[in-house]
Amino acid sequence: MSTFLTRRLATIVPTLLFVSMLVFGLQQLLPGDAALVLAGEDHDPSVVAHLRAKMHLDEALPVRYVYWLGGVLRGDLGESMRMQKPVTALIAEKLPVTIQLAAMAIVIALAIGIPAGIVSAVYKGTAWDYAANAVALWGLSTPNFWLGIMLILLFSVSLGWLPASGYVSPFEDLRANLASMIMPAFVLGNAIAAVLMRHTRSAMLQVLSSDYVRTARAKGLDERVVVLHHALRNALVPIITLGALEFGTLLSGAVLTEQVFTIPGFGKLIVDAVFNRDYAVVQGVVLFTATVYITLNLLADVAYFLVNPRMRS
Amino acid sequence: MTPTPRCALIAAASAFAAMLACAPAGAQTLRIGLAEDPDVLDPTLARTFVGRVVFAALCDKLFDIDEKLTIVPQLATAWEWSSDSKALTIKVRPGVTFHDGEKLDAAAVKFNIERHKTTAGSQRRGELAPVTSVDVVDPMTVRLNLSAPFAPLLAALADRSGMMVSPKAAQAAGDKFGAKPVCSGPFQFVERVAQDRIVVERYPNYWNKGDIHLDKIVYLPIVDSTVRLANLKSGQLDFIERMSPSDVPGLKSDSRFKISKITEIGYQGITINVGNNDYAKKSPLGTDPRVREAFELALDRDGIVQVVMEGQATPGNQWVAPTNPYYAKNMPIPKRDVAKAKELLKQAGVTNPSFTLMTPTTSDAQKIAQVVQSMVKEAGFDVKIQATEFSTSLDLADKQQYEVYVLAWSGRADPDGNLFSFIGCKQPLNNAAYCKQEVDDLLVRSRTARDPAERKKAYEQIAAITLKDRPIVYLYHRDWLWAYTNKLSGLRTVPDGLVRLQGLKFN
Repeated sequence: MSTFLTRRLATIVPTLLFVSMLVFGLQQLLPGDAALVLAGEDHDPSVVAHLRAKMHLDEALPVRYVYWLGGVLRGDLGESMRMQKPVTALIAEKLPVTIQLAAMAIVIALAIGIPAGIVSAVYKGTAWDYAANAVALWGLSTPNFWLGIMLILLFSVSLGWLPASGYVSPFEDLRANLASMIMPAFVLGNAIAAVLMRHTRSAMLQVLSSDYVRTARAKGLDERVVVLHHALRNALVPIITLGALEFGTLLSGAVLTEQVFTIPGFGKLIVDAVFNRDYAVVQGVVLFTATVYITLNLLADVAYFLVNPRMRS
Repeated sequence: MTPTPRCALIAAASAFAAMLACAPAGAQTLRIGLAEDPDVLDPTLARTFVGRVVFAALCDKLFDIDEKLTIVPQLATAWEWSSDSKALTIKVRPGVTFHDGEKLDAAAVKFNIERHKTTAGSQRRGELAPVTSVDVVDPMTVRLNLSAPFAPLLAALADRSGMMVSPKAAQAAGDKFGAKPVCSGPFQFVERVAQDRIVVERYPNYWNKGDIHLDKIVYLPIVDSTVRLANLKSGQLDFIERMSPSDVPGLKSDSRFKISKITEIGYQGITINVGNNDYAKKSPLGTDPRVREAFELALDRDGIVQVVMEGQATPGNQWVAPTNPYYAKNMPIPKRDVAKAKELLKQAGVTNPSFTLMTPTTSDAQKIAQVVQSMVKEAGFDVKIQATEFSTSLDLADKQQYEVYVLAWSGRADPDGNLFSFIGCKQPLNNAAYCKQEVDDLLVRSRTARDPAERKKAYEQIAAITLKDRPIVYLYHRDWLWAYTNKLSGLRTVPDGLVRLQGLKFN
């Protein structure tokens, strides 16, 4: 176990170093002059010069990278030039929002995708199957921003049930928080539900035709028990893996959905930072997200190692 | 009877739905939807238009402008220029306190002007460049000494350069002042969540508190104009700024809302690279004034306003709108004349001139490019549109690596702010690389003369030269479009587009 862990941990350091170089290097490929953008529309030469010096833009690329990396190693991801706020503070502010949105979206996706997949597999070739497939196709092919605006027009403008956009902290007002998050979470969950439904359907179809399911049925078990207890459990393994992957993607921010619903999460933070050439924010957030991804992967490997006896031998 | 699980589920769902029903905000809370997220809330470092909208609540200024662009006192009570126009003496309003309780006096004004001039990265240094020193004449009188007469100074002091912050708070916070600004405006800072909200509440000791009827203001940046409007319609917002022109007809028929509009102090125009580099030389527009004249004659400004702005703008051919007192009447908007345009092209020997029109990827700018492309095609121009991400286009324009560029300017109250930096030799915003000594001399005269008639004469002379040279072809001045609940009254429409809170109330 310890050898395995040491080996896995040892690969993390070069991976993160590579990610940091990639993030830093790719950003420099962006056209445009960060100092000019951040200097505002007046382009006062003294301001441009000040910003250039502050961001070390006059120095060679490797020198700038070392400045930044030095800060990162000390836990300082730099400061947002646009908002004049430390990047770590911005991450701390946005992370809970993104986690909540991702969690709610995944719950909605699972709640829709898995039952729809089961129904579609069990009633294969019937109207239920076609209906579930049609819903999945719709979910996959509906653009998030369009669905978001349609939901706003229906539930906020016409019916007046939900706020059109914005975010309220759950610690401030749980009710308002849920009201503001339910639509964006549904929009995100809807697309993932479609993918989960398709995977659940194919996994279930495969399991339902296997020998042990036939044996269970031959034993005279109730069909509901066969489907939910015997078949579903085995079919769930790839679905859980997929769900976890989708959750990881959601954590890096849902750009369009956050933009439409004005949810102040990672997606909005990073997009605004790219357009404003706020380098420190882009670098900090991407590096942070990559670290979370890699850490989650490591945890998954460890869990797999613990539950799978074949890996231990 | 015991409830079945299904009943329980239905009951839980109903309770959840009831729970989600949104609660209305307090009657005296005004919720304003902003088109962008403001930058840092420090008047010295701030650089965005949208930031100024929030400053209207937080920070009073020495002067303000009114609906007719006249300078009126705010934190000043009186002012006087010296006979040589090289010193401005300002009487400071008595009884004004900052949000931390500190008093506003001449020393505080001196501190603020010096802070604007000396802070690293100050965006105000350029506006206050002619101010060489500040003297405290008496506890409530201050004198600004200038290196040369500078007429636009009052307009600068009616904007962020004239905003006064608490010296004590500014010294204590250092470069973190913008995180919790302490000024002397009608509302004091409560909290800011980046990209989400800025909350301010009424300052009880405001010097003009009789004019303040609201308790709290929440500014919510919502970039998408459709979503901003949806929030207004669904009651989550009371006021939205910069609504989309295409939404005006729909909202006009809804009696729950009112729409206000006023012509901006800025402009939308097309900059032509007339410099000496390869880009300018490659383009027929950059090299021959007759081709530029033909280009302008091929444009129909009314048509552009109708198509791009759905009529919600004022056609214009100068750096200020035709309604502005400094508009040069000797150079009216030229009428479209395709035949004359073709004739000019023939004279220039280029009947089918071709050039690349760079445009930022914003919707308005792209629409302008497309309309211009089809209009000038009738005269024989072949326009290639190069849609470029905004920051990149800014950089290319700054380096003069473009032929023709579509760009808007948010505008300044004094015409100097719309002109000097754009056509003065080697000025920072002179992307056209235009340079003429004669124009430079007139520009200096226009900013050193204090008499409005004399200034206007200088602007007329500048117009007579530059509108023929055409480094910039001005197209129109947008309307600031505000939509708000009909319960709100007392709104003032000042051309700078800032939402003034004095007098604003819910009926």
